[in-house]
Amino acid sequence: MKGAVTMSDLKMKILELLKEDARRDAELIATMLDVQVDVVKREIAEMENDHLIVKYAAVVNWSKVHDETVTALIEVQITPERGRGFEGIAERIYLYPEVKSVYLMSGAYDLLVEVEGKTLKEVASFVSNKLSPIDSVLSTKTFFILKKYKQDGIIFDETVGDQRLMISP
Amino acid sequence: MIMDEQQTVPAKRRTTAADYLAPNARALKPSGIRRFFDLVSGRKDIVTLGVGEPDFVTPWHVRDACVASLEMGKTQYTSNAGMPELREEIASYLDNRFKVSYNPADEVLVTIGGSEAIDLALRALIAPGDEILIPEPCYISYSPITALSGGVAVGIETFAADAFKLRAEQLKAAITPKSKVLILCYPSNPTGGIMTYEDWLPIAKVVEENDLIVISDEIYAELSYGQKHVSFAALPGMKDRTILVSGFSKAFAMTGWRMGYACGHPELISAMLRIHQYTVMCAPIMGQVAALEALKNGMEEMERMIESYNQRRRLVVKGFREIGLECHEPQGAFYAFPSIKSTGLSSEQFAERLLEEGKVAAVPGNVFGLGGEGHLRCSYATSVSQLNEAIERIGDFVKKLKNERE
Repeated sequence: MKGAVTMSDLKMKILELLKEDARRDAELIATMLDVQVDVVKREIAEMENDHLIVKYAAVVNWSKVHDETVTALIEVQITPERGRGFEGIAERIYLYPEVKSVYLMSGAYDLLVEVEGKTLKEVASFVSNKLSPIDSVLSTKTFFILKKYKQDGIIFDETVGDQRLMISP
Repeated sequence: MIMDEQQTVPAKRRTTAADYLAPNARALKPSGIRRFFDLVSGRKDIVTLGVGEPDFVTPWHVRDACVASLEMGKTQYTSNAGMPELREEIASYLDNRFKVSYNPADEVLVTIGGSEAIDLALRALIAPGDEILIPEPCYISYSPITALSGGVAVGIETFAADAFKLRAEQLKAAITPKSKVLILCYPSNPTGGIMTYEDWLPIAKVVEENDLIVISDEIYAELSYGQKHVSFAALPGMKDRTILVSGFSKAFAMTGWRMGYACGHPELISAMLRIHQYTVMCAPIMGQVAALEALKNGMEEMERMIESYNQRRRLVVKGFREIGLECHEPQGAFYAFPSIKSTGLSSEQFAERLLEEGKVAAVPGNVFGLGGEGHLRCSYATSVSQLNEAIERIGDFVKKLKNERE
């Protein structure tokens, strides 16, 4: 059965297992996929080098850590720069540490920017003092997030656990 | 009409409720699993490998289809044999996946779980005294239902060394002039054993030569790893000798819906249908709607779940072997059936002490009949972290037993 999985297939399966739990080690993954440990190690190293795997980070439910954090999604309309399109301006925005994510969007606006701050005021001041003054920014619309139910496929408040009987035939 | 006094008054007065029970019902013992269930229930410190059902909740699109149908007021009886479109979908599914073709009009019957299908088949086939051949270890319900119908269950022991396969010589040795039905359950609960096409051929020959009829419980068919499941009904000449029983519980993670089906010769299915219509009318419409959705749009999700079981299967087999328990490689279902003979304990003793001292629940092999003693049924349909924890605990327990002996 060994070698039955093609390379890209194997990478995909490794990624899926890591996405479920990034702390799974190469040995466990090798067992679960029925391939050699060395092969798994090599594949993972390759994906790390190629930045397919960018980072192994914990998914934190921040609302449990400090309740007062404020997150906003900001729709930003911009004028693209000649020759560089949206890249330069996107970079100017994402380099701010308070910016958690930046996406280029299709539709009525161009960039979707996720900003985090300690207070509503802090986020508002980021928009008025840093984001809006950028020359090519035409307009912004700010939406505050009230509650996160699910992020990156992970449901935060999953209250029902295993509901099965402990023994069944 | 004047009744004869002597016939109406019983010889002995019935004083307790149990006195009213029919002998067959009185003789029916609670399953060995039940006792363990009572031992475990309410315990929070236990990791359980005792669960005989998927750890996935039914996919959302299937649940949603049922909710939508309730909103539309689909709350009626369906035709006795099941909704025609569901029977058609079952027939084409079986054709696509296992190369067995049934006419949805009169060869497919939708039942309340595979369990009802087994009950119907046995009731339709058994006359008092008939012998029913059952390879063991096997699922716990075949013998009791056989006895309820007045049949005599004849166990055929299968062995770990032979991957719990049924062999023609073993089958032949168990056959008498009273033999009528052979019950097959591959992939097997509890052993994870499977039968390949080559394994089946000699069995089919014996079935033919001895004019047996087969009830083939293929509820775990989709959960076959490494090679595709071969349905007994797909073997040359076997379709008319087989009542194929299956359902949605395992492959589609739909245990609580109680949706199953039976397929076979129109005359057999029509007899089963008559019992079914007098006893339950039809399977619940909510379950039928959900099953239809599962067959139409659930195959991708099913494949994903099977891949996940397969990954965990490799993990537990390696785990058991590393802690020193012999474990044949299960190639189907979601059970490993390691041997605990090296510990010197019986299955019951091992399972009970493992629960008390090792805090892991699993089902002792002896409850599954002949050949089960000395084994432990461990379901790997549980999370990877729980599996790792369970194996670690069992490892510590086995070590402790070893120290005790030295």
